[in-house]
Amino acid sequence: MTFDEILSIPPYSLGREQKEKMLTERLVELTELHRRNCPEYAQMLDSINFDAASVHSYKELPFLPVRLFKELELKSVPHEEIVKTMTSSGTTGQAVSKIFLDRATSSNQQKTMVKIVSEFTGSSRMPMIIIDCPSVVKNRAMFSARGAGILGFSIFGAKKIYALDDDMKLDVAAVQEFLEKFKGQKILLFGFTFMIWQHFYKELLRLKDEGITFDLSGGVLIHGGGWKKLISEAVSHDEFHRRMKDACGLTHIHDYYGMVEQTGCIYMECECGHLHASVFSDVITRRPIDFSECEIGEKGIIQVVSAIPESYPGHSLLTEDEGVILGEDDCPCGRKGKYFKIDGRLKNAEIRGCSDTYAAKF
Amino acid sequence: MTNLEKYNEAFTTTFEITEDQLANLKYQDIEAWDSVGHMSLIAALEDAFDIMMDTDDIIDLSSYEKGKEILSKADYGVEF
Repeated sequence: MTFDEILSIPPYSLGREQKEKMLTERLVELTELHRRNCPEYAQMLDSINFDAASVHSYKELPFLPVRLFKELELKSVPHEEIVKTMTSSGTTGQAVSKIFLDRATSSNQQKTMVKIVSEFTGSSRMPMIIIDCPSVVKNRAMFSARGAGILGFSIFGAKKIYALDDDMKLDVAAVQEFLEKFKGQKILLFGFTFMIWQHFYKELLRLKDEGITFDLSGGVLIHGGGWKKLISEAVSHDEFHRRMKDACGLTHIHDYYGMVEQTGCIYMECECGHLHASVFSDVITRRPIDFSECEIGEKGIIQVVSAIPESYPGHSLLTEDEGVILGEDDCPCGRKGKYFKIDGRLKNAEIRGCSDTYAAKF
Repeated sequence: MTNLEKYNEAFTTTFEITEDQLANLKYQDIEAWDSVGHMSLIAALEDAFDIMMDTDDIIDLSSYEKGKEILSKADYGVEF
C-alpha cells in the first residue's frame, strides 16, 4: 500500500476495523522497509526475534523510545538522499533528536498536514498572523521543530506577517495595519501556546488599558507545543479560551498535539475540546508496568504510529507523554477515530515541546 | 513583460540565480530552494500573476517545468 493511496482517504472517515486493517498493512510494510534499509533498526528487531508474519495488528509492532533519536542517527536512505534534517526542541544543553527526511517523506508530511488541518479551517488559504518572531525560520540548514511548525502551517497563509519582532515584542502597528487591510476576512493565527500567552495575550491586556483593542472575532487560532508553563501559572484549557475571548474576541481555537519525530501527523483539537487521531496515524496508551494496552478512560504512556516515515524508522514510537483515550468513533463532533487528551509528561522526563522549552527561560 | 519573463523573474529573484540555471531546476536542487525558499517562491508567483494558489498546487510545484504546467491550468489561466 503506497502512501498516496492512503492520502486519498478523507482524514476522519474510517471506523475502527477499517482503520486497523489499513494501518496494519501499511505499518507492517514500513517495519519491513526499515528493517531492510536501516542496519541499527534491523539489529533491534533481530534481538527480539521479531517476525512480521505473526503480526495481526499494528498494535503488536515494536515501538522505539523517542529518546533513541537523540542517541542514534537512524536513517533508512543513503545520506545523499537526505534533503532536510529536523531537530526536536530542547532547552539549552539538552540533546536533541535528529530526524532525516528525503524528498518523498518531506513532501508526504506536508500533504498530510494540509489534509488534516483543512478539515478544521477549510481548504482555502487565509491572511495569516504568525505569533512568533521571523528569526525562527532563518537557520535553514538545521530545522528546529518550532521553525518546522511555523513553516508547515504557513502554507495556509495567503499573506503573512510575524506579529513579534526578534526581541519577542508585539509589533502593534504592523498587526493593526494587517487587520485593517483584511477586515471582514477570516484570519488564521498560528503560534505556540506559551508564546501566545506571554507575548500576545499579556500584551493585548496591557494595550486594552491604553485603549487599544484588536477584534479577532472572525479569526481562527491554532496553537500547540505544550501547556506545562501555563498549567504552572494555573491557566487551564478553559481559562485560556475564556481569556482569549475576553482579550480579542477569539472563539475559534484549536490546540494540537504532535512531535517532530512524526511531523505531518498532527492531532487537532475539535470543537468539543478533544484531540483527534486521523487515518494517517494513531495513538495507543500503554500501562507502564508491562506496556499492555490501556482501556478507554485509563491513563497510560502514549505510543504514536504514523503511516508516513519512509526515510527514518520512526513509524512506531513510545513518547514520554501520558494521556487518556476518551473514546473511539463516537465523538459528538462527528469525526471518526480515537479521541484523547494529554495529561502531561512522565515524571523525570526531559522538558520538550516548542512552547515548554521556550518557557523554561521564564 | 511576457508571462514567461515574469515567471523566470520570480525564480531568479527569489533564489538569486541566473536564467541559465532554470532549465530542469527541481525543488531541493539548490540550497535556496528549500522549504523556506519554496514559500517565498509561491509568494513571488502569486504577486507576479495576481493569483492565489491552492495548497495542493503549492505542494505539487516541485520543479521549474512543473510550475509552468500548474499555472497553465484553468484555475490560474497563465499562458506561456
